Amino acid sequence: MSIEVSKISKQFGSFKALDDVSLVFPSGELVALLGPSGCGKTTLLRIIAGLEKADSGKILFNGEDASTRHARERQVGFVFQHYALFRHLSVFENIAFGLRVRPRATRPGEVEIRRKVHELLDLVQLDWLADHYPAQLSGGQRQRIALARALAVEPQVLLLDEPFGALDAKVRKDLRRWLRRLHDELHITSIFVTHDQEEALEVADSVVLMNRGQVEQIGAPHEVYDHPASPFVYGFLGSVNLFHGRVQGDHLQVDEHVLALDQHTLSFDTQAVAYARPHEVDVVRPGPGITGIPVVIRRILAFGAAVRLELEREGAEGSENAAAPIEAEIGRERLRELALVEGDQILIQPRGARVFPVNLADNDRAGLVKEAV
Amino acid sequence: MSLLRQHLLTRHSVLPGFGLALGYTLLYLGLIVLIPLSATFFRTATMGWPAFWDAVTTPRVLASLRLTFGASLIAASINAVFGLLVAWVLVRYSFIGKRLVDAFVDLPFALPTAVAGIALTALYAGNGFIGSRLEPYGIKVAFTPLGITVALTFIGLPFVVRTVQPVLEDLEVELEEAAACLGANRLQTFQRVILPAIAPALLTGFTLALARAIGEYGSVVFIAGNMPMISEIAPLLIITKLEQYDYAGATAIAVVMLVISFALLLAINILQWWSSRRTRKAV
Repeated sequence: MSIEVSKISKQFGSFKALDDVSLVFPSGELVALLGPSGCGKTTLLRIIAGLEKADSGKILFNGEDASTRHARERQVGFVFQHYALFRHLSVFENIAFGLRVRPRATRPGEVEIRRKVHELLDLVQLDWLADHYPAQLSGGQRQRIALARALAVEPQVLLLDEPFGALDAKVRKDLRRWLRRLHDELHITSIFVTHDQEEALEVADSVVLMNRGQVEQIGAPHEVYDHPASPFVYGFLGSVNLFHGRVQGDHLQVDEHVLALDQHTLSFDTQAVAYARPHEVDVVRPGPGITGIPVVIRRILAFGAAVRLELEREGAEGSENAAAPIEAEIGRERLRELALVEGDQILIQPRGARVFPVNLADNDRAGLVKEAV
Repeated sequence: MSLLRQHLLTRHSVLPGFGLALGYTLLYLGLIVLIPLSATFFRTATMGWPAFWDAVTTPRVLASLRLTFGASLIAASINAVFGLLVAWVLVRYSFIGKRLVDAFVDLPFALPTAVAGIALTALYAGNGFIGSRLEPYGIKVAFTPLGITVALTFIGLPFVVRTVQPVLEDLEVELEEAAACLGANRLQTFQRVILPAIAPALLTGFTLALARAIGEYGSVVFIAGNMPMISEIAPLLIITKLEQYDYAGATAIAVVMLVISFALLLAINILQWWSSRRTRKAV
């Protein structure tokens, strides 16, 4: 079932949780709602489920207005961050709950319930836990049971609110993969909320980035990662280096140095900020005729496939670039080739850096900082 | 394996002083509860079995016991329902004067029981504010078993509210949301999700209200009218016997009350243990 969110706004007191949000979730896809805490992603999910009422706007299920339908009539499976399992019921009864509360006319018989519950327990690979109580399960097991319970009512849509948020790193990773496989089996339209960019990029078919009650960008994981639409997206998806300067045609004047830019539409002499990811930063030894921004190597982190360099700007005293640390990622061969050691003075050449006008960039940084607090 | 470890852990607790604490508890319970209570048994024992049986099976004593336990059970049941309602309203809704209402709940705790009794009698008597309005319908409250039930309900209310309230506060709203998403209506959610979660606390509140009502004396004697066979409660009968210097007779009734109360409380405790066993938390 496809879901359409149309011009949804929601306010809590003076806090604007959602500001005129419109989105389409195609049928059968697994979509991640990604953003910092307080960006409105959970509120949007709860409005879709019918657990929260929007101030204005509509929710359409398969093109039909579902805004006025009660949560229990929406046929939505909802998985909570803290599982919300019924403590006084066994795992079996938890999963059977949705079947047992059906009106008598559509309630399946005991045999059918038993068959269905065990089928779901098989699906989440926890059949041996049927007689246990939630308190006896680990976090990962509880979340899988919660998912089985949500699936028992054969929902048209599966909504997951930070499903792995309360779990430790190892279990998170396992469950992520497991959820992806499960979705590939069931093909049920699913939306999951997360603040973990890695989780979103790894699991989802497409990612919706949200910030301060608005949608910043929508796209496949590689699209949003490779072509961020805004400084916010750049900053939120992985680490990034910032260079302040003035646009001079196809390059940016950073203090007395130049930095080549990707295509852009900014006019000449605009105050702007260039964004480049660590792996887009090339490192060279200074020499005659070689341009670049001079830096000093503070640390070399030479573990893993790539080598990370922590760099510091040189000769930028008084400039707004002075304080910003720079990170570069190069191959091991390149490190050997250049024979770099900590304390070396080198030049960096960011490739294909994207520029945004300075006011836009500052705005979004302010937003990020505010939400982090 | 984990079971075995659990056992070892509880036995060799990291908290020291188990022996000291247990000894203290037993001594304290002995001094405050068991010794005074056993005195009633000893006193009763002086009268011999046939005399005891005669003393406690007179129609007047039996009527008073029936009244005491019957009215107490009814009052505690009423409190379980309406105390739950009060707790629900106090936890789930916010309204002007909520703190004030919250404070009112404790009044029956703080008020001297005689004051409560006199106030209730004045209200429910035939010429009282409420009593005069009920009289035309043939409902007499003051000086009847109904009046006793009203008084016992009054003094028992805070027990239920105060035991259920914190549990309701801890009950995650997510549980109700989960139930709604699974298709349960309000009534099903209450029956299948909320009630089982608060049942142990509700039972505790009921027990406390019941225990308090059984032993209540001060607020009842004013509104009861104390007519033998009709509105005379067992504690009053004990006082009457004491005033007639019939100490053995008084303790005989006390012993019967003790035994019945203990049996009731034990039964409720077993029920409690059984219901909490199913919802126990992970160690």
